Amino acid sequence: MKNKSILLSVLVVLSLLISTFSVGAIDPGETIKIGVVCPISGSAAIAGKYIINGVKLLDEEIKAAGGVERDGVFYPVEFIFEDNEAKEDITANAYQKLIYQDDVLAILGPDMSKTILAAGPIAQAAGVPNVGTFPTNTAVTEIGDYIFRACFIDPFQGQAAATYAWEAGYKTAGVLFNNADAYSKGLYEFFKLTFESLGGKVVEAQAYSGSDVKDYNVQLTKINAANPDCIFMPNLLSEVGLQIQQARSIGITAPLIGGDSWDTPEVTQIAGPKNIEGSVYVAAFSAENPDPIAQDFVNRFKEAFNGDLPNSNATLAYEAGKMIVEGIVNSETLDRAGVRDAIAQIKDLQLPSGTLTVGPDRNPIKGASVMRYDENGISRFLTIVNP
Amino acid sequence: MTTFLQFLVYGVQLGSVYALLALGYSMVYGIVRMINMAHGDFLMIGALSAIFIAMGFSGFMVDGRYPFYIVLAIILSAMILTGLLGVLVEKIAYKPLRDRPRMSSLITAVGVSMFLQNFPRALPFIGPQPRPFPQLFPLIQFRLGGVVVTSTQIILIVVSIILMISLDAIVQKTKFGAQIRAVSFDKDASLLMGIDTNRVISYTFLIGAVLAAASGIFYASIYPQVDVYMGSWLGTKSFIAAVIGGIGSIRGAILGGFILGITEILATSINSNLGYGIGFVILIVILLIKPAGILGKTEIDKV
Repeated sequence: MKNKSILLSVLVVLSLLISTFSVGAIDPGETIKIGVVCPISGSAAIAGKYIINGVKLLDEEIKAAGGVERDGVFYPVEFIFEDNEAKEDITANAYQKLIYQDDVLAILGPDMSKTILAAGPIAQAAGVPNVGTFPTNTAVTEIGDYIFRACFIDPFQGQAAATYAWEAGYKTAGVLFNNADAYSKGLYEFFKLTFESLGGKVVEAQAYSGSDVKDYNVQLTKINAANPDCIFMPNLLSEVGLQIQQARSIGITAPLIGGDSWDTPEVTQIAGPKNIEGSVYVAAFSAENPDPIAQDFVNRFKEAFNGDLPNSNATLAYEAGKMIVEGIVNSETLDRAGVRDAIAQIKDLQLPSGTLTVGPDRNPIKGASVMRYDENGISRFLTIVNP
Repeated sequence: MTTFLQFLVYGVQLGSVYALLALGYSMVYGIVRMINMAHGDFLMIGALSAIFIAMGFSGFMVDGRYPFYIVLAIILSAMILTGLLGVLVEKIAYKPLRDRPRMSSLITAVGVSMFLQNFPRALPFIGPQPRPFPQLFPLIQFRLGGVVVTSTQIILIVVSIILMISLDAIVQKTKFGAQIRAVSFDKDASLLMGIDTNRVISYTFLIGAVLAAASGIFYASIYPQVDVYMGSWLGTKSFIAAVIGGIGSIRGAILGGFILGITEILATSINSNLGYGIGFVILIVILLIKPAGILGKTEIDKV
């Protein structure tokens, strides 16, 4: 009895080993399966809808071309969508299903740091290339060499904001940041590093702790006393509206600069359109970007989805798909490891949000859009910065 | 010197919000010996209901502003609504547990607090996102020397002080106040003396919730952003203020509120990185010197 069960478990382990070795390789002309993990239901379902539409646009593009061409052979591509409800455990289940049941070549998504941080190790252990769409936390690509992302990381925004500030002619900057929040602190540190290496100076940096203090008057008064050319406020959505309002009400007139947390209409609602006019922030993508590749993407998206404009979620999902396709085209061997190696070597890939190169840490090096609020408090595309 | 005075204005402004809220903690504790953890959430309910009542009155706006009597109506109805909610919470959640161990009512209060935060969050027309607060008071800036004071700040500070003085007068001078003090002193004995303790406790919750609503409206007028979680940390801060002043004491709550507000602002002005912590170190020192709080009475537990 005991011997039998040992034999059985040995057989199970052996069959598992064999199956891991044999999966992934694709014969010429065979359909390539790519798993897409995104929130189709639940609290983030709106983001999920845009992700699906971004992938669908790429799907149509591939179908119209007759498949993905690699060494003169066309491979049809099938996208398999899995709902993760924006939850960690369900994302892990979706990864298990895609890898061990559907036998996908690569996984596209998810969009949130917390979900890819939970499930990424599964893809890493199975050796499946995984390109996240919008997980900005630095730890994501540190999971392992199979994990990539299409978006820039948080600290990069600080770098982009500093480059913009310097190019706009500002010589001195003040900073108001949350020293209890990794996003805010990271953006501040990279802003200071970049701004001072360009020749600027951060004359006053004031911190506050946590999101519970809603009074920034003291910090803003001190920043104002240093009279900086611009003020960087890389803070959370729930704080930044009040900060803009308080800054203007104590008489600060210097232009304000923010990160992608400003990229929502609620900031204008709380700050008031008059207070926010002229402020700028760094965003992943703008549908108003006049670049021909961007405009082509925007127009095709609008045509396909009843005039709906692509947002950052849709664009990054499309771009993550493009990265995987690029990996398939350039792979030496058409299997998971070959595609991984090819994605890691992507250089100057032309995408709607700018030129993308995959860096040594598997984070993309790409341009950022700078947006400016007009007199009605609506953000408009201003320029692209390439740090 | 002018910057110091300016910071003092900010401190008094923040302190008056804490003081109004601390009053509710102190009164409830003084009478039923329980810490109403949901008290901070009454502040949020007050601010939220003011937003929706103001929306309902938007037809009365003249040149994009609410006339004075409408503002008064908005504030009063939000205060009454929150007050009634306070009474309801007491009747449903706290009264059945009044004779149980104190821990039960503390845990129930935490539960009520979570419910009050998460139920509105789940409602589709409220949701978790922060929303702007309508401008109820005219915004005029005055310059006194180098110090900038806004009309909203003056209204907030003056009205808070009026509310606090009148509450103190009610408790110290009226017959109803005497009943409150009697129940606070000995609930069973005052029942024997013919005081309707249930009524007194209900009124206490009513007054506490009304003051919380007032502080919510004032708070949201200065920091015009409302979300369903705002009450939880403001509540914690005000609870600390009540403890500093001596929980159970009304004047102590007011004093504690102002001390907390001013220390927090001044500590931040010295070093913004450490300020938040420094403020609490000072408060711990106060409690080390006076463990019952500044105006609190040291009680000896009778066995």
